[in-house]
Amino acid sequence: MMDNSRRKFLKNTLLASSAVMAASASPWVRAGRDNTFKIGFVSPQTGPLAAFAEPDMFIMEQVRKLTANGIMSGGQKYAVEIIYKDSQSNPNQAGKVTSELILRDGVDLVIASATPATTNPVADQCEANGVPCITNDTPWQAHFFGRKGDPKVGFDWTYHFFWGLEDVIGSYTNLWQKLPTNKSIGTLWPNDEDGNAWGNTELGFPSALNKSGFSFIDRGRFQTPVNDFSSFISEFRKQEVEIVTGVITPPDFANFWNQAGQQGFQPKIVTVAKATEFPQAVAAFGPRAEGLTVEMWWSPAHPFNSSISQQSAAELAAAYSAATSRAWSMPLGLKHSLFEVALDVLQRAGSKDPEAIRDAIKATNLNTVVGPVNFANGPVPNIGKTPLVTGQWQRKGDKLDLVIVENSQAPMIPLQAELLPIKYS
Amino acid sequence: MIETVIHGILLGGLYSLFALGLSLMFGVMRLTNIAHGDQIVISGFMGIAIAAAVNINPFLLILLLVPCALVSGYAFQYFVLNRTIGKDPLPSLVITFGLSIIAQNLLQEIFSANPRALDTGGLNTMGLNLGGDTVVGVLPLIILVCAIACTFGLQWMFAHTALGRSFRAVSDEKDIAELMGLNSARVYSMATAIAFSLVALAGLFQSMRTTVSPTDGPNLLLFAFESVIIGGMGSFWGTFLGAMTLGVAQQVGFHFDPGWGIWFGHLVFILILAFRPSGLFPKTKG
Repeated sequence: MMDNSRRKFLKNTLLASSAVMAASASPWVRAGRDNTFKIGFVSPQTGPLAAFAEPDMFIMEQVRKLTANGIMSGGQKYAVEIIYKDSQSNPNQAGKVTSELILRDGVDLVIASATPATTNPVADQCEANGVPCITNDTPWQAHFFGRKGDPKVGFDWTYHFFWGLEDVIGSYTNLWQKLPTNKSIGTLWPNDEDGNAWGNTELGFPSALNKSGFSFIDRGRFQTPVNDFSSFISEFRKQEVEIVTGVITPPDFANFWNQAGQQGFQPKIVTVAKATEFPQAVAAFGPRAEGLTVEMWWSPAHPFNSSISQQSAAELAAAYSAATSRAWSMPLGLKHSLFEVALDVLQRAGSKDPEAIRDAIKATNLNTVVGPVNFANGPVPNIGKTPLVTGQWQRKGDKLDLVIVENSQAPMIPLQAELLPIKYS
Repeated sequence: MIETVIHGILLGGLYSLFALGLSLMFGVMRLTNIAHGDQIVISGFMGIAIAAAVNINPFLLILLLVPCALVSGYAFQYFVLNRTIGKDPLPSLVITFGLSIIAQNLLQEIFSANPRALDTGGLNTMGLNLGGDTVVGVLPLIILVCAIACTFGLQWMFAHTALGRSFRAVSDEKDIAELMGLNSARVYSMATAIAFSLVALAGLFQSMRTTVSPTDGPNLLLFAFESVIIGGMGSFWGTFLGAMTLGVAQQVGFHFDPGWGIWFGHLVFILILAFRPSGLFPKTKG
């Protein structure tokens, strides 16, 4: 993708002018820039990851309204300014806009979300410049070890909250034991960060599957996109696979699933991450999406409330659907929680001093709309864990809805339905 | 192994539909259309948008969209690309490259980044038993038949019609063809019109077969491009066989190791470039 600096320029000018307008209307900012917390927000607005950024505008609008009168920190009133940057789904661009945020805009705090391609370069840039940074929505191993983190040392400036590989492995293996099968699993793990982590013999699925008595057919890592999955399907059919899992993109899964239909391959359970997480992507699979299972990072049924808008998860999803006429998606809760943590941190920091802000992040203990966030008791330093469950796309009337069917890793989130085998006509 | 080759040939059918339009434009006017893949994606999205508005059989969509593509292709060549044609290949490359970026971002703006598919009412999962263990999809079979028909039609048109003669004439020697009374701007526009209708067909089939999303274009271009190069410039059967070679090479790779699939395709491409730079069945000289 090319540099779209003109669009960025326009956007920045608009943002800046709206900030100026807001500033001139609010008396507390007259004292000067010292009374404004600047938050830099990096997100993949364009490019292949853009589905993750769909709730951004809604969430920022919400936060701007909630902070229109400023926030109190250390007995003083501060205005809050959000500067929004597009990573273009490109790690290099993510790093570049982060350094712009730090060096040109002089932000006090950087936040970023959605996949290692966004959170890793942004956090690296902040760590190098000594700017406090909070990220989420990347499995923590991919974030922490992806940045060459040392569990003994950790990082000075950058904090991250999300679930990890152990949660998804635990949840999936428990899910697959809920139905009677021959315990034979076919895997689709591509040759990318996710596929390699999931298929890793020691840290990934294989060792856990062996322990739970599953056998699995792993044909090895492959380059994506794949236009034809017939070699996988004939192998799976030969080995009488009844469960399919993997972590592949929507077009790849559409190919796989259509060809499985053509060749009469009918597994009982299909749990494929990435491809079936977004309602719009699932809509593209038509009626054949019914019965697919996928891990859930957040849903309207999660029993949590927002610390800034006091909305329950269900109310947040309903407000989003009403404002945008789009179905809820998992990044909605994650994006909201990112701002929850950011505002909580700034309120506790008491000043614009980077170290004060950093120490406030370290001491975070907040109940957010995605669950409790606390960086003190994570598996490695700088990491906070949020709960993970697994859901199934089930038919409700004429629509498909993602409902929670497995909660072994997060028992505080109630089940909504029983796991059903995929129906074939 | 036979099953692998059969699936390779079916995949080749799809690739040749991707490649024929590119081959036509390159053969007639030495123009490499970088936005080719994005145009495939655009047609897919247009089909999906129309299908969402009016409930229509996806094959009727072809009848609807192909004439639209003819007209838009003609206009696009006549008003835009003809201005870039000359000794220097750079302006047309730059224009189509820019178009590719505009198309991706425009699609994202209008349709969002979500992948979409054209609902075929179950056709996409129908299979046909060829005896024994070999089952092929009905839709891939339709695509292959369509690709053969298009290749045959194009080759026949080039060899036997006045339009084909004028294509060959401006391709061989533009200046002399113009002296003989051919309007090269019109001939070029006709070529792009036909190329666009092939693109529309490819886009509709792609969105029936799997999903399309705004940033898929460059990847589709890659396989189309490789097919044209392997097959050799200017021959449609060459392009068709190039696509078959690519499809079978990828399937054979996948058969041995999933990591080898795409790589085998690229390997064949490199070998052809190294040992037969003009492709397997070249008709046109540089």
